[in-house]
Amino acid sequence: MISEATKARFAREVAKYPAEQKQSAVMACLAIVQQEQGYVSQESEAGIAEYLGMPEIAVHEVTTFYNMYNQQPVGKYKLNVCTNLPCLLRDGGKALEHLEHKLGIAAGETTADGMFTLQECECLGACADAPVMLVNDRSMCSFMSGEKLDQLVDNLRTAEGK
Amino acid sequence: MTTAAQVLSQFQATGVETCFHDRHIDPQIYAGLNGSNWRLQDYEARGGYQALKKILGKDGGEGLNQDQVIATVKESGLRGRGGAGFPTGLKWSFMPRQFPGQKYLVCNSDEGEPGTCKDRDILMFNPHIVIEGMIIAGFAMGISVGYNYIHGEIFQVYERFEAALEEARAAGYLGSNILGSNFSFQLHAHHGFGAYICGEETALLESLEGKKGQPRFKPPFPASFGLYGKPTTINNTETFAAVPWIIRNGGAAYLACGKPNNGGTKIFSVSGDVERPGNYEIPLGTPFAKLLELAGGVRKGRQLKAVIPGGSSSPVLPASVIMECTMDYDSIAKAGSMLGSGAVIVMDDSRCMVESLKRLSYFYMHESCGQCTPCREGTGWLWRLVDRIHRGEGRPADMDLLDNVASNIMGRTICALGDAAAMPVRAMLKHYRHEFAAMIRTTSPQATTSA
Repeated sequence: MISEATKARFAREVAKYPAEQKQSAVMACLAIVQQEQGYVSQESEAGIAEYLGMPEIAVHEVTTFYNMYNQQPVGKYKLNVCTNLPCLLRDGGKALEHLEHKLGIAAGETTADGMFTLQECECLGACADAPVMLVNDRSMCSFMSGEKLDQLVDNLRTAEGK
Repeated sequence: MTTAAQVLSQFQATGVETCFHDRHIDPQIYAGLNGSNWRLQDYEARGGYQALKKILGKDGGEGLNQDQVIATVKESGLRGRGGAGFPTGLKWSFMPRQFPGQKYLVCNSDEGEPGTCKDRDILMFNPHIVIEGMIIAGFAMGISVGYNYIHGEIFQVYERFEAALEEARAAGYLGSNILGSNFSFQLHAHHGFGAYICGEETALLESLEGKKGQPRFKPPFPASFGLYGKPTTINNTETFAAVPWIIRNGGAAYLACGKPNNGGTKIFSVSGDVERPGNYEIPLGTPFAKLLELAGGVRKGRQLKAVIPGGSSSPVLPASVIMECTMDYDSIAKAGSMLGSGAVIVMDDSRCMVESLKRLSYFYMHESCGQCTPCREGTGWLWRLVDRIHRGEGRPADMDLLDNVASNIMGRTICALGDAAAMPVRAMLKHYRHEFAAMIRTTSPQATTSA
């Protein structure tokens, strides 16, 4: 089910496009659902399809095509570390390894307490800030040395009372 | 008690390292920025929206007509800043202005070419310069609706741009009858969500229509069949950002900033093995050696080995070649590479070219949209071959096979991603073949060449 509050956010996106082109808002609607629920469920896809008047499979095609949509639930904090070449040259690979050790998981996995999901990712478009990491799709973290990564993880755990 | 949002905000970039340094040369787009002066009133204080007032005759002058605006942009020598370097004024003249239906203007801010991070700083710290450039472009081509497609990973930039749009609407710069004229222009922000291919203009249009971002066959070109099938002009963020200065100061003055056929300033994103990675706005035609100096030089104690001068898709150039180049479209092309998006990836003498190519090849395999067989299958072959060589399991014939696969991708795909995957391979083999050979065991037990 999609709440009225969520539909109000959808409506703001739909208003950007011609009335007969509501489908253009599908990426924004999926991002909104992911922000609110942590991932895109089949139920959410169905709700968005109905709201935008498009086939459910067309929504699913979008979910599966773009890298950032979570097709399964993830940890409370999804950490995406860029290891593309410009970042690799400035310790992006080491940042990923550092987090693997710190969190005790491999890239692609989620910690047992459900707090962190760690992922390797492609260019975030912040190459001069390397190493860079994107948290929950919306917060870019720059110049992430080992020390800063430790701070980020520890402080997020404290903020969550863990 | 610190909230999670507060924790995350502590790690947000300030722009001090990448943008607000005094190591630009005669900057136009980044001039006078400090991170807190992105708002409308600050932009106006820097001379913002004066170009718009000038063309609409709201500065006491007579105003400019569409032909005059396009002629000024042509005269400026402005070339597309996204990668292809196509003359902007010429592109604008392709738009069928008399087309009776809806026409669209699109800004490509899907900045995902590895090494490139210039548009992010423009949109974050000077969003109104892009808005003004787009309004002027809309005026010149008789377009009333525009979209700015912003890279999904820089969500804070998307939110900043939306805030700037609200300011521009409230001030009467956007909307119906702008500044009391009979020109109306609506502009909206749209975000991606992680797909390198959407930086390709027709994939971007598909994505903007709410579909998978798979490139379209060209022709028809967007100028005749673009967004929703309507005539559409697409330019890069930095291209639009250059326009207000050109209108205020004239095309000849802009051209004079650079060198012939390469007008104006260009922002270079310098990353990799330098002391001070960042964005540097300098006149086109500035020597590479000067740019390297601005970026603090190669990391202490190291020597320059190679430079990828225009984003990860552009062919690598050895130190001896790039040190003789000036940073402009023609000089870099003459040296055998491309200026591309202006992403300068610097590598020092400690770097293994096989490992570097392996990471790039993985990227292209990951981001191939899967539509064309040579790219979908070929990028996988390239990565598996380079990976095999890097693991010490390469076979003597692998270098020729790599070159063969790369040449069989080139020119055989709908869009340029296939070429973008193949070009780095061929350039690496051309300049650093000995590094690949050294990793291949000469006594390989298997003689077969299958990947």
